[in-house]
Amino acid sequence: MHLHADSTRCSGCRACQLACSLHLFGENNPKKAAISIIPHFPQPGTFEVKTCKQCGTCAEVCPVGAIHKNERGAYYIDSEECIACEACVEECPEGVIFLHADYETPFECDLCGDCVEVCGMKALWIE
Amino acid sequence: MYGYAGRILRVNLTDGTTKTEPYDPELARRFLGGRGFSAYILYTEVPQGADPLGPDNKVIISTGPLSGTLVPGAGKTDITTKSPQTGGYASASVGGLICAELKYAGYDAIIFEGTSKHPVYLFIDDDKVEIRDASDLWGKGSLTVEEELKKDLGEAFQIATIGPAGEKLVSYACITHDFGRQAGRGGVGTVLGAKKLKAIAVRGTKSIPIADVDAFRQKARTMFKACMESDALEVWQKYGTAGVTTWANEIGAFPTRNFQTGFFEQHESLSGEVMREAIVITDKACFACPCPCGKYSHSKKHNVFVEGPEYETTALLGGNCALADIEDVAYANYLCDELGLDTISAGNCIAFAIECFERGIISTTDTGGLELAFGDPQAVFALIKKIAAREDIGDVLAYGVKHAAEVFGGDSADFAIQVKGMEMSGYESRNAPSMLLSYMTCDVGAHHNRSWAITYDIQVGRDDISADKAAKVIELQHIRPLFDCLGACRLQWVELNLNLDYYAQILQALTGEERSWDDLLKISERIWNLTRAYWAREVEDFGRAWDSPPPRTWKEKVPTGPTQGSSISWEDNQKLLDMYYEQRGWDKNGIPTHAKLTEMDLTDIVIS
Repeated sequence: MHLHADSTRCSGCRACQLACSLHLFGENNPKKAAISIIPHFPQPGTFEVKTCKQCGTCAEVCPVGAIHKNERGAYYIDSEECIACEACVEECPEGVIFLHADYETPFECDLCGDCVEVCGMKALWIE
Repeated sequence: MYGYAGRILRVNLTDGTTKTEPYDPELARRFLGGRGFSAYILYTEVPQGADPLGPDNKVIISTGPLSGTLVPGAGKTDITTKSPQTGGYASASVGGLICAELKYAGYDAIIFEGTSKHPVYLFIDDDKVEIRDASDLWGKGSLTVEEELKKDLGEAFQIATIGPAGEKLVSYACITHDFGRQAGRGGVGTVLGAKKLKAIAVRGTKSIPIADVDAFRQKARTMFKACMESDALEVWQKYGTAGVTTWANEIGAFPTRNFQTGFFEQHESLSGEVMREAIVITDKACFACPCPCGKYSHSKKHNVFVEGPEYETTALLGGNCALADIEDVAYANYLCDELGLDTISAGNCIAFAIECFERGIISTTDTGGLELAFGDPQAVFALIKKIAAREDIGDVLAYGVKHAAEVFGGDSADFAIQVKGMEMSGYESRNAPSMLLSYMTCDVGAHHNRSWAITYDIQVGRDDISADKAAKVIELQHIRPLFDCLGACRLQWVELNLNLDYYAQILQALTGEERSWDDLLKISERIWNLTRAYWAREVEDFGRAWDSPPPRTWKEKVPTGPTQGSSISWEDNQKLLDMYYEQRGWDKNGIPTHAKLTEMDLTDIVIS
């Protein structure tokens, strides 16, 4: 089970990123979200959405075993155990493990589903 | 200060300095933010009689407390200045993403002061603020500059820019952002051109503080859910404002051939359905919007990418110029975007010139040899380019139809479709008295967005001239501009019927301050009175005559279409104005009385 995205439906509004940051950190800040939206304008005029596929690469490459699964089956980075080597950030095939200057350790999607609730275009779903 | 970034950025372009100042909580209490904050700064900081294109004028870019937060459509920023087009108050709103980004960088507003000697752009990367040389960007188109700056600085930067029309001081030059979103009206881009400010680039990484996170999240969820359960969502997502085109023709409100009539016989070829099928490639939203009205298009015929055309552009560059091919309208839209022209004023100016030409008031001697005719796309494209370059007739049309009528003479002032010097937006109103009154009394000129009352006319009777209509216009003039104080789009309320009380409730969760929707409306009324007082201060003979509708609306009956035979007599429009002034607490000349200013808590600002 993981978060899916249909990029052709995305309108680039970023409500998903706000819902994500409010869930992960209790803050209103799309730069603290674990979902990526890449606009391609003026040409070809499309959005590209990147989500965590729960592939487990992050856990595999973590040198200290700081990446575990939560109750929803999603990988998460235990900030107590993480040594901030950023190996997971570099190796993530989707580029959806994120850093922010406010935090020493990276973060990723924990499958809460809040982004799905606020996506007016129904571009996101979990299955 | 919950809900706000808490800081103002002041940029002095004359001496090249920038400084940050704390946002005064008392100002937030009285004026909320967005256009309210801007109106206060304009009134108190720009000296009386300032030249709109001189160093004393300021441009205020102001977000609202909801801007950049998880509220449906919370991506609107206000841009206010003294208008070079009207000589009075100008306030234009722009969506996209820059509003949110500015707050994440830690600023609720930017105040531009002075005039640079050479072209510059403002660079903001959180706390790093620089005025940078823009010599290599000067002369380039808006879309080109945005693409270049993003390539240079990074995709995460949000860009706002003016085009060549702004540089050349065309009086209705716009500011473009996000490859097709505009602060269009009143010449806000013209003033940036005069200040030699080509662009703004901003990136931010900060959070917006929330007073009660749990309550805020809960209310946000409620608001998004309500939007998604709206019956109107699907159609709005599919067609955006372009869906209005067919309806506007059905009710006889579609500006056609310079507002000669309200029905375009070829309107079906401009419909939302045709547009979606022919050119739309992506639904493109402003920040946090569940119902994107932005339709990103590719015209294969002209080989251009453009956001739109949205309804107003289709109305003014389409029907009003009698262009019947949506791809031609899209190309005219692209030209205006790239060159930096407001499509509404540009469409009016072109249609006015064509009508003058067809009536023999002007000839090829005036147009640089160009034959003008309604329905000729090449003439429309050529005129857009001439206006932006201020070439022959373009140098006259660059000042708008009011000025052009003075130059061209004859009886052309009768069909110069403007109020206060601003050309009318897309609703022919000779069978819609409250819509006409909305245009007459709008605080920037003939613009629809302060009071879109035409549906009320349809609801209660289109010939009815009554005090209720004046009351409805006033009610809307408080509700709709309030969104521009909050920093959110009104369309979720207008189109999806989102409950207005939700906005007050989520604002309370965000800011921690208890205020009802009615409390907020009082702030909006205060701002409406302040901007009216600004007009009275800046324009020597300001008063009732400045609220006159275009003569065509009372001198000529609609010749064709569903509203055939309609007009609103001079007596009736004056009757509406009397009722409006009385209900507003203004005198018979339309000036706020001392009692009204006292009631509005404005007497420390406005001397009456």
